[in-house]
Parts: sequence; C-alpha cells; structure tokens
Amino acid sequence: MDFLRPASWEEALAAKAEHPTAVPIAGGTDVMVEINFDHRRPEYLLDLNRIGELSEWEVGEESVRLGASVPYTQIMENLRGELPGLALASHTVASPQIRNRGGVGGNLGTASPAGDAHPALLAAGAEVEVESVRGSRLIPIDEFYTGVKRNALAADELIRAVHVKKADGPQQYSKVGTRNAMVIAVCAFGLALHPRTRTVRTGIGSAAPTPVRAKTAEDFLNAALEEGGFWDNGKIITPSVAKQFADLCSAACNPIDDVRGTASYRRHAVGIMARRTLTWTWESYRGTAAATEGVA
Amino acid sequence: MRVNFTVNGRPQEADDVWEGESLLYVLRERLGLPGSKNACEQGECGSCTVRLDGVPVCSCLVAAGQVEGREVVTVEGLADFAKQRAEHGGCATGACGSAEKAGTSLDAAKQWAAKGHDSQTGEGVELSPIQEAFIDAGAVQCGFCTPGLLVAADEMLERNPNPSDADIREALSGNLCRCTGYEKIMDAVRLAAARQSAPEGV
Repeated sequence: MDFLRPASWEEALAAKAEHPTAVPIAGGTDVMVEINFDHRRPEYLLDLNRIGELSEWEVGEESVRLGASVPYTQIMENLRGELPGLALASHTVASPQIRNRGGVGGNLGTASPAGDAHPALLAAGAEVEVESVRGSRLIPIDEFYTGVKRNALAADELIRAVHVKKADGPQQYSKVGTRNAMVIAVCAFGLALHPRTRTVRTGIGSAAPTPVRAKTAEDFLNAALEEGGFWDNGKIITPSVAKQFADLCSAACNPIDDVRGTASYRRHAVGIMARRTLTWTWESYRGTAAATEGVA
Repeated sequence: MRVNFTVNGRPQEADDVWEGESLLYVLRERLGLPGSKNACEQGECGSCTVRLDGVPVCSCLVAAGQVEGREVVTVEGLADFAKQRAEHGGCATGACGSAEKAGTSLDAAKQWAAKGHDSQTGEGVELSPIQEAFIDAGAVQCGFCTPGLLVAADEMLERNPNPSDADIREALSGNLCRCTGYEKIMDAVRLAAARQSAPEGV
C-alpha cells in the first residue's frame, strides 16, 4: 500500500489521474473501518486532509458551495440558517467524534443508501461538483446515485464540493434508529418546502438501493397544494391529503429486510416520517409552529 | 513510512509505520502509550478518543499518515494539558490570543521530566480536574472506557463550562460504557463542572 499526500488540489487530481484505483481518505470514518477489518486493501490511499479548501464553504446568492471535507460539526454550527435540513441531518450522524471528522464528500463518495446527508441533499436540491485533470463538472444530485454504494464518479474524478440550494422555506429531517446517537439509519426522510417555486421536495434514505426522491408523492402534493390555494391561504393541510402523500412516499420505497429492520417496517416508517415532516414544515410555513426543531 | 507528529507536547517520530495503520495503533504499539483503548476499531465506542489539533476524534479512524505534522493529546497528557490550559486562561496550547507557537518546546518537556513528572505517560503528574472528579464520583469501574470519556468530557467542559445534562449526554454520546450505567459518569462531569465554576467553594 502507498500513502499519497498531495499538498494541493491540483496535486490530488494529478495523483488520482495517475492512480485511478487510489482510495480517497478525508475523515476516514468509512475507509478506516474497512481497512481495520481487513475488508479492503487499497493499493493507494489518497489523503485529502492537507487540502485546506476542501474544508471551506462559501455562501452565495442561490446556494452554498460546501467543501467536500467540511465536517458535520461545522455544518451544524455554521449553516443551520442556510441549510436547515442538512444541519438537522448532520446532527444525527453517529457521535461528536465522528461528526468532527466526517463530511458530506465522504457520504457521497461512499454512496451508501443509509448515508445521513442524502435525504437532506435530495430535498433541498443540490449539485455535486466533481473534478479531474480533464476538467470539472456539476452532477445533479438526482443523477448522482447509480446503485448500492455506487455513484456517477469516473475513476479519475474527485469530489470537490456540493452546491446545496439555500433554504427558501422550512425544511425537516427525520431518522429512525434504536437511539439518538451512533445509529445507522433504519430509514430516514428529508422534506423541504420551496415557497418560491411552490413545490415540495423529498428524500428517502435506507429504503431503496439508492437514496431516492418520492417523485409521485411530490407531484401529488404540489398539485393538491396548488389546487386548494394552500400556499396563499395558509390553511392546515387536509388530513386526507397528508395521508395520501404519506402513502405515496411509502410506495416510493423499495426496501429490503436486514438486521436493522424489515422491508414492511421501513415502508411503514417512511410514511409516518413523511406525514410528520410535512406537518412540521407546513406548520412552520404557516407561522404557527411551536417546536419543530431538532426532532430526529 | 515515517510519521512525525507531536504527542502530549513532545515531538515524536514513528518508524516503519504501515500505510493502512491507524493513529491508535501507532500510539499504543509504536509509542508505548496504551492509555487510548482499542475496542471496536470502527468508531462506535469512543474508547480511543484523543484530541487531534484540539478536536476530539476516534484515533482508530485516523490514518497514521494523516497526523504528519499535527498535534495529538492523549489521556496520558490530559493532566498536563488541563494544567497548561488553567495557566493560560483557558487555552492549553497557548495558541489562543497569543503569538506563542502551539505546542511545547523540547526544553520545557525535559524540565517536566527532571521534576519527576512525565507528561508523556502521565505518571507522577497531578491529575486533571476531570480525572479527580471521575475518582471522587465513583465513575470508574473496569476502566476501559474511562480514557475516552475523560478526553471527551474535558473537551466539552473547555467549550461549555456550565453544561446542562442534555449537553453532557450529547457530548458523551459517542463513548460507550458497559459497567456503570452512565449515572456515575454524569455525576462526575457535573462535579467537575461545579468545581470548575466555583473552585474555592469545594
């Protein structure tokens, strides 16, 4: 095994071009587990810790350009206003020690369906900025996940940043597990209201081979909200609409039975989380929210 | 490969380090610092918690090569770290609001040794307030989780001198204990916080 320590982003891209099998390591919270357990013996480890700009973020007009290695702790502490859904999701990641090291780039690189950031990114709307010596490109988040632990990255590409749309309305995130810390999601759900475009977006984690949006449910809800004039009259969501939305979110799942839960439990729980997060965000939108923060 | 970094204020050099090796392995097996415990090797238990450039991390998930040139504080150096922090008004490395370079000079480190105190192994050094509190509150049973809890709790009290119970639970949520049931550990951290805010009163 070789340990590559590029001192700059350009050097890292050159190293990845020269050694396409090199495994990038930043926070190490996924990669080191595999190495410690002898599940993986990469030929090259490509350390990204020296590249300072990966740990920086820029708040723009429309979106936040979030460096791939910005630790979850920083997202929670500094970007709660701009990226509330992702900040809530970050707070559910493992433990303080892990949140101090891990970042969204690692979640995207590993592309596990259980990655905590994915539902929040799908709901907010995001693009993944990837780069190689051949150039840079933006991959829409909906096209990024291609299979179980597979993503749209080419062998010579590295994740530079993720561009996440700044919140223009309330966002929520919910995760099912046996306790509040140190759990891999049994399933998770992210929801964002986008009053500017009068749309609702969703993200489902751990309930399909990849993180997915519940697009049929979104379409149904968008039409129902428009038809009832809800965005303008600020009425409570009709229970039958919320139920239909929840059922369609359950139907968007394609889960498996595993040690953490059964497929039918996951479908059920996603429906419950969909209804709850819709209620929380909508109450917040109506301006009557009591306490909708920090429920995970 | 060779890795140069600072541990508990002293420059260290680890040789023949395997590229896939963890910081935890280097500390325990190459530098003779077994205070950080090796348990789950997957970041679940927190017993290997150390400070990396001041930030609490699971040393089992840091690749040895990633610590090149950086600063690590282990439980062995915690008492000395806490002492320096008290002397520097809340900043153990002296880096906060001071031009002084972070870390400790070799000369200063030798002086500690000359006094029969060893900040490297922790032997002969007066205990830190959090260590005292763990003993006084009976928060140590088998002791395996203790080093990680001490490092995590100490860092929380540095950031948050008056933590609520929820703050303590959250800060220690990445550290598993299978003996005490956590209540004594909660007592210990509350005790350390109380002593910290009213040092004369206790």
